[in-house]
Amino acid sequence: MPHAPSAASFVANQERAHWHDQALWFVRAKRDKMAHALPEWEALRETAAQIKAHTVSRLADYLEQFATQAERLGAHVHWARNAAEHNQIVLDLLQGHHVRRVVKSKSMLTEECHLNPFLERHGIEVVDTDLGEWIVQLRGEPPSHIVLPAIHIKKEEVGQLFHERLATQAGVSEPKYLAEAARRKLRECFLAADAGITGVNFAIAETGGFVVCTNEGNADLGVSLPKLHIACMGIEKLIPRAKDLGVFLRLLARSATGQPVTTYSSHFHGPRPGCELHIVLVDNGRSELLGSTEFRRSLNCIRCGACMNTCPVYRRSGGHSYSATIPGPIGSILAPARDAATHYSLPHACSLCGSCSDVCPVKIDLHHQLLTWRRELAVRRLLPWHKRLAMRAASFVLSRRWLYEIFGKLARSVGPRLPRWLVYNRLNAWGRQRELPVFPRNSFRELYNVPRNERASHANPSAAEANGR
Amino acid sequence: MDGKRAILDAVRRHAPPVAPLGDVAGEWIRYSDPRQQFATILESVGGRCQVVRQVDEVGRELANLPAYQEAKAICSWVPGVEGNVDLAAIADPHELATIDFAILPGQFAVAENGAVWVTDESLPHRVIYFISQHLALVVPARTVLNNLHEAYERLSFARPGFGAFISGPSKTADIEQSLVIGAHGARSLTVFLIDEA
Repeated sequence: MPHAPSAASFVANQERAHWHDQALWFVRAKRDKMAHALPEWEALRETAAQIKAHTVSRLADYLEQFATQAERLGAHVHWARNAAEHNQIVLDLLQGHHVRRVVKSKSMLTEECHLNPFLERHGIEVVDTDLGEWIVQLRGEPPSHIVLPAIHIKKEEVGQLFHERLATQAGVSEPKYLAEAARRKLRECFLAADAGITGVNFAIAETGGFVVCTNEGNADLGVSLPKLHIACMGIEKLIPRAKDLGVFLRLLARSATGQPVTTYSSHFHGPRPGCELHIVLVDNGRSELLGSTEFRRSLNCIRCGACMNTCPVYRRSGGHSYSATIPGPIGSILAPARDAATHYSLPHACSLCGSCSDVCPVKIDLHHQLLTWRRELAVRRLLPWHKRLAMRAASFVLSRRWLYEIFGKLARSVGPRLPRWLVYNRLNAWGRQRELPVFPRNSFRELYNVPRNERASHANPSAAEANGR
Repeated sequence: MDGKRAILDAVRRHAPPVAPLGDVAGEWIRYSDPRQQFATILESVGGRCQVVRQVDEVGRELANLPAYQEAKAICSWVPGVEGNVDLAAIADPHELATIDFAILPGQFAVAENGAVWVTDESLPHRVIYFISQHLALVVPARTVLNNLHEAYERLSFARPGFGAFISGPSKTADIEQSLVIGAHGARSLTVFLIDEA
């Protein structure tokens, strides 16, 4: 479903939409505080963007170097061209080790590949151990945000869910109490797991190691008890050198949640003694994206979620309205790159305000890419007929001055006299939540041609009032 | 193996012209009193910092902590600090699920983000950093660095092993952005900076 209709139910509940908006703005404000506390913030962003630009330009070399080094440390490296191959590799590893229960820490890649349902179909029990991910897993939903997976859920709903599933007290929704109940239950899962799966935040070509960041410690608990650790990563997660981590770890948590660093930033180099470490490198469309001059920079993304927290559309429509693994501004670039026909509406779920580009720690030009996507979608004829028709009509009028002037005059004289039902009806989607501005008496051109000192008397009072708001 | 070949070929085919890789040198933040900065940041992320003169004072300070007083199973990997569970005698890390308090070594600390670098070098089970209900890290006070860049200048990853920056106790804000300390890992973190170490 396109973004607007799938956002309708979320928007309909104004109180909730406002609450969601405020919750994310709170995170955005924390991010600002952190960014402003570092005088070198802009230098860090610039350095990060340069490192990423360099890395993708030599990605094949770095992938080979990473694999060689990782194997030297005793890890096994697997290559998956697509989601199906990735899932099969993971399943084969688990079955080969007679694994029945897996604990998994947050990994957007495994969401992208729909690993959980695949493993469950093969009789393997998967538990998402990040509290937010676990909550959405119990509800049978995908995460609505890449860093804050349960940001759309109210504590009363979590209380009810835990009451049903964990037999917590009915009607109790105090976060500390609920988190404690989850801790107890998930400790059992950690202790019973036969294998741990993690994502990867950064993989270091030079050393063959990788870094996983969490606040809860769930990734570390998940992989430090069982004998099998599988780490799944997109090929764009590489960085050349260990010292580059200084740049990225300083940016990541500050941008994501406004913390100076995540509680745990764990560096894995090779398996634990007597255990196995498998790293699955996944392409799944990334090499294709690399070939696109316009959209290549979206591969720089370090999945901090800052663009979501700041986006006026995301904050007011919720992550699920995007119907994509990754929502928000970055998701609206990545999703159509994967399947333009399905996700054609996402680049339009944007006011082009540019706030996402301003906060992006690796300086992805998000709003420019979204605009470029709109053109690309038009070229590929993927816009719905009414939008195409409207655009063609607009271009016909706007390219003929005389016609534009006639329509302008007509609108200014007839517009204010039209009955309400004729303007605000089913055909005017724009007017559903909005009022048209007051029509001025004169066009800009007419006002401009009047000498400056006479202008005030020409401007009509209602228009002046409208402009002054 | 053809997966590897196919991916590398596709990546090479689509690679843009080579962009330069600069150094990560810069005017990175420094503090007039890194120790104070470390303590301030650590407290802001829910931890506690305590400066003591020598390692043998750690035990006395621990005795003042309610979490330590209540702890039944205590393990220490810091010479000079006593525990009652011998980490080296445990074969299966799952047995550590009952540990209430762990006192472990930290290699160095970072002022800008309140993090302590820990490793599993010579430590039998790295899970102890994460599975213990409460955690104390013992770090030489002279090793408090200004920022993460200085930290990576010190680190080398030539050999297999595990290392982590730990900044404060385990936490979550996944329920309505309410901060809850003690998600899956340690419910409290105390960092002891040792003056004469």
